[in-house]
Amino acid sequence: MSNGAILPLRLHDVSFAAGGRAIIDGISLEIEAGPSTIILGANGAGKSVLMRLMHGLLGASSGRIEWSAPEQPGAPRKQAMVFQRPVLLRRSAQANIAYALKIAGVGEPQRGAQVREALESVGLAHLAHRPARVLSGGEQQRLALARAWALHPEVLFLDEPTASLDPSATREIESVIRAFDAAGTKIVMATHNLGQARRLGDEILFLDQGRLVERAPVGEFFSKPQSAQAAAFIKGELPWT
Amino acid sequence: MPEALGTALRLLAEFDPKLVEIVLLSLSVSLSAVGIAALLGFPLGAAIAVGRFPGRRTLIVFLNAFMGLPPVVVGLVVYLLLSRAGPLGPLGILFTPSAMVIAQAVLILPIIAALSRQAIDDAWREYEEQLRSLGAGRASAAMTLLWDTRFSLLTTVLAGFGRAAAEVGAVMIVGGNIDGVTRVMTTTIALETSKGDLPLALGLGVVLIAIVIAVNAAAYLTKELAQRRYG
Repeated sequence: MSNGAILPLRLHDVSFAAGGRAIIDGISLEIEAGPSTIILGANGAGKSVLMRLMHGLLGASSGRIEWSAPEQPGAPRKQAMVFQRPVLLRRSAQANIAYALKIAGVGEPQRGAQVREALESVGLAHLAHRPARVLSGGEQQRLALARAWALHPEVLFLDEPTASLDPSATREIESVIRAFDAAGTKIVMATHNLGQARRLGDEILFLDQGRLVERAPVGEFFSKPQSAQAAAFIKGELPWT
Repeated sequence: MPEALGTALRLLAEFDPKLVEIVLLSLSVSLSAVGIAALLGFPLGAAIAVGRFPGRRTLIVFLNAFMGLPPVVVGLVVYLLLSRAGPLGPLGILFTPSAMVIAQAVLILPIIAALSRQAIDDAWREYEEQLRSLGAGRASAAMTLLWDTRFSLLTTVLAGFGRAAAEVGAVMIVGGNIDGVTRVMTTTIALETSKGDLPLALGLGVVLIAIVIAVNAAAYLTKELAQRRYG
């Protein structure tokens, strides 16, 4: 990684409560550069909240979240996030990417080439001038990925990016994610899709009721889960019974 | 009555110069007021939608309440401000179209600010995480939302224009309804009706309603077209 790398990311006993209920309960972990990390767990396990805490969209109720090089306010972010439902602006596909570059302080002359590269990386170059909000669901999500990718972030958070897509759009998104991973971006992705976790992950963080129950390489996690909750989840049993 | 309507229609068909003058003054006063109110109301609405500061809720309640300001009260307050003894008296603009523009702008500023605040607030709920994730500060997020809600904001401008064009109390008080100087459609209708000159009043009434319908239709079509084009 380049100088001033923000990884590793360390969480020390991080908790997050809302309405008197602990949604994240005392999680400590370290996220290093390299292997793509899948955050796995049932609905309501706290996956999305954990990612938002890491990404800085939420503040922890207690505990510390430390990047090895803290981001400077106003400087371009070295981390990006793609949400389950992409939020695109009412302008063309390419203008959506140019917007992100502008916020990051990329000068107008450089934007054009970076926009084109980002669109090509997700196979949307031919739709550059199309209004973003009339693209199909899969195309919108690919555009959101291109927008996140335009600045070549060191870390890319993905919050169930294919949860509302059909299988063929899901395959496209997965191949884009694999390409970003191969290009050296650290992938941290939440999913409850076991097949997807297996296809894209190198290691699994398994959450249950706001706690980090298990952390293991993908093969090991699926072949011999250490915890009863993980074993139940893999077998498809209802984890709350 | 049918006779009066017939005369009214003839006035319209002939582009009666007096009628045309009154219509043009009405439009220029109300459109200027809408322009000023939008220029102030959009940023205000966006700031309240995106900002978090003490008293925000109270401000929203007041803003919503002020959407229903009685035009005569606004007229009275602006009159007091602009009258010779008032703080803005030295401007010497009481009983001029400028005073009418100010009064109508004051009247519809809360409408435009409150409705745009609502539209931008809704958009902010949808966009907030994404914009913060990209690193946008509140000020730049507000600008982005203003542009992204532009088609909804058109409706707020329209609501403001409808209110301005139709009100009579405020322009009557600060304009004085002076023939050839500050006489607009609504004040003329009020005056001519009380004088018993129904044709001019009716003719202006027809124009007023036609303008409001035309503007609404244009805005509706624009919005629908834009929605189909931009999603």
